[in-house]
Amino acid sequence: MNDLGPERYKLAFRLYPYARSPDQDAPTPTRHKVIVAGGGPVGLATALDLGRRGVPVVLLDDHEGAGLGSRALCFAKRTLEICDRLGAAGPMLEKGVQWNVGKVFHDDRLLYEFNLLPEGGHAFPAFINLQQPWFEKFLHDAILAAQAEGAPIELRGRNRVDAVTPSADHVTLDIMTPDGPYQLKADWLIACDGARSPLRGMLGLSFDGRVFEDNFLIADVKMKADFPTERWFWFEPHFKSGDSALLHKQPDDIWRIDFQLGWNIDRAKELEPANIRARVDAMLGPDVDYELDWCSIYTFQCRRMDRFRHGRVLFAGDSAHQVSPFGARGANSGIQDVDNLAWKLALVLDGTAPDSLLDSYDAERVQGADENILNSTRATDFITPKTPVSKIFRNAVLTLAEHLPFARTLVNSGRLSLPCTYDGSALNGPDHPDMPPRARPGSPCPDAPVPGGWLLGHLGRTFTLLTVNQTAPDSLYAHGLTVPCLAVEATPEITARYLGTAQGAVYLIRPDQHVAARWDHFDESAVAAALARAIGKA
Amino acid sequence: MLITAPNLTRPDETYQRLIATHDGLTEADSHALNARLVLILMNHIGDQQVLDQALRLARDPGRAPD
Repeated sequence: MNDLGPERYKLAFRLYPYARSPDQDAPTPTRHKVIVAGGGPVGLATALDLGRRGVPVVLLDDHEGAGLGSRALCFAKRTLEICDRLGAAGPMLEKGVQWNVGKVFHDDRLLYEFNLLPEGGHAFPAFINLQQPWFEKFLHDAILAAQAEGAPIELRGRNRVDAVTPSADHVTLDIMTPDGPYQLKADWLIACDGARSPLRGMLGLSFDGRVFEDNFLIADVKMKADFPTERWFWFEPHFKSGDSALLHKQPDDIWRIDFQLGWNIDRAKELEPANIRARVDAMLGPDVDYELDWCSIYTFQCRRMDRFRHGRVLFAGDSAHQVSPFGARGANSGIQDVDNLAWKLALVLDGTAPDSLLDSYDAERVQGADENILNSTRATDFITPKTPVSKIFRNAVLTLAEHLPFARTLVNSGRLSLPCTYDGSALNGPDHPDMPPRARPGSPCPDAPVPGGWLLGHLGRTFTLLTVNQTAPDSLYAHGLTVPCLAVEATPEITARYLGTAQGAVYLIRPDQHVAARWDHFDESAVAAALARAIGKA
Repeated sequence: MLITAPNLTRPDETYQRLIATHDGLTEADSHALNARLVLILMNHIGDQQVLDQALRLARDPGRAPD
């Protein structure tokens, strides 16, 4: 292709307009440390995390900002915790909608209501609903703030990657811009270019998995009248939308409605406003006044790449793995990829850790992707039974759920996205049997209130040694790393989440706030050994 | 451990009650009842190991329980 062509989609926010770079006039291709391809949530978060760690990063996107449409909508607690570390969570929480009450319907009957009643003692709620363009805008705002403080992040809009040539210690990219083509080299390339990943195609890498033969219609409607802030899910809805329908709230008086349409549909006809309105009217009733805000039809697959690392190219987010929308595991798992990758790449680039540390990114995030694919496949199979007998069992669960709480635990309209615990990771060090399983090595640290704020807010972005009822020096130095020590009181939350029945607790915590190892007493040589292991040196 | 030795005190009566529970139902309603019954009993048993043994035995009645 020798020109850029028109934009493929409309923008909600123009964030990084094209500006000619001196690299485009360089006689030979400029070499950068890290290039990120793709400016969606995962690409922006990657650039932000690396830049805040002082790693120079150039992000390329063929558009100039956040695409129109609510798309990824539910952002889970772990995502908010990661965004808080990145300095972006405050506005997300302020703008996002929180909800606790859900209702489950079958046909025209309300089967039951539930209240999530999230566990207390956490800075962030279980999740928020926020339109994807806003999520991207808040990440971009944080990038601007980081740049102002000197973070070496550069965003290049209307820079489309057309070819990639891998070499042993770098990659070469052919890039198209409104001013024509140019080339760049990078020590590392991070492909955050989405489910259809052009980079994956250019490298001839496979992306195998299970196709679900179904179409989903998203209708975002703006309602003036009061409508409760609740999640409503229908199985086999009486308004004949297909196997399921979902209603939940977004900011700005907008509700997301998902209609499952089945496989053989006339796409153009289903997208006609009159046909969408007929479905929405049947769902909301005749007296509800609303406007259509944004509509889309999508299909999905559950699949992943065999490996997320290919030499100097690392895949993150939807380019590496794709799931069904049930359970909000797309963008949320992509942000966990970033969380896992950025600190490792920073340590490899400054020579503290061996290159092989990046293989643990592949191992740990493949594990996370498999967990998400399993969960989202289970939800999809419950919502759309694949055989007559599975439909009989599914409807038996729904019938029982109206009367019996045990059956409600089997109703699966998407399980809450929870971060992966990296059980069995090569980076994990010793465990201790008297401490709570939820904080075992590999786990994301549970948050807890501490004087002056929240535990996760005190962990920073380096390795940290957390101590309870144990004395340790203010900081340790080993294997090229300074590890600050954080002593906390054994409050009820800290005891329940970290100490358990042990006399004392010493936790080595990774820069992504996952537990590396834990002991019941402080032993400097044991900590140093676990640190070596956690950076791939052992 | 799944009990496979005889465990019903009055097997004829229990069996008769199972059949009578289906009296007057269409075939579809009977299948639905059976599914509900399986789910209720599974919840009562709870133990995943016992359930796994029962599922394997139901699929292949000739195999020895493991």
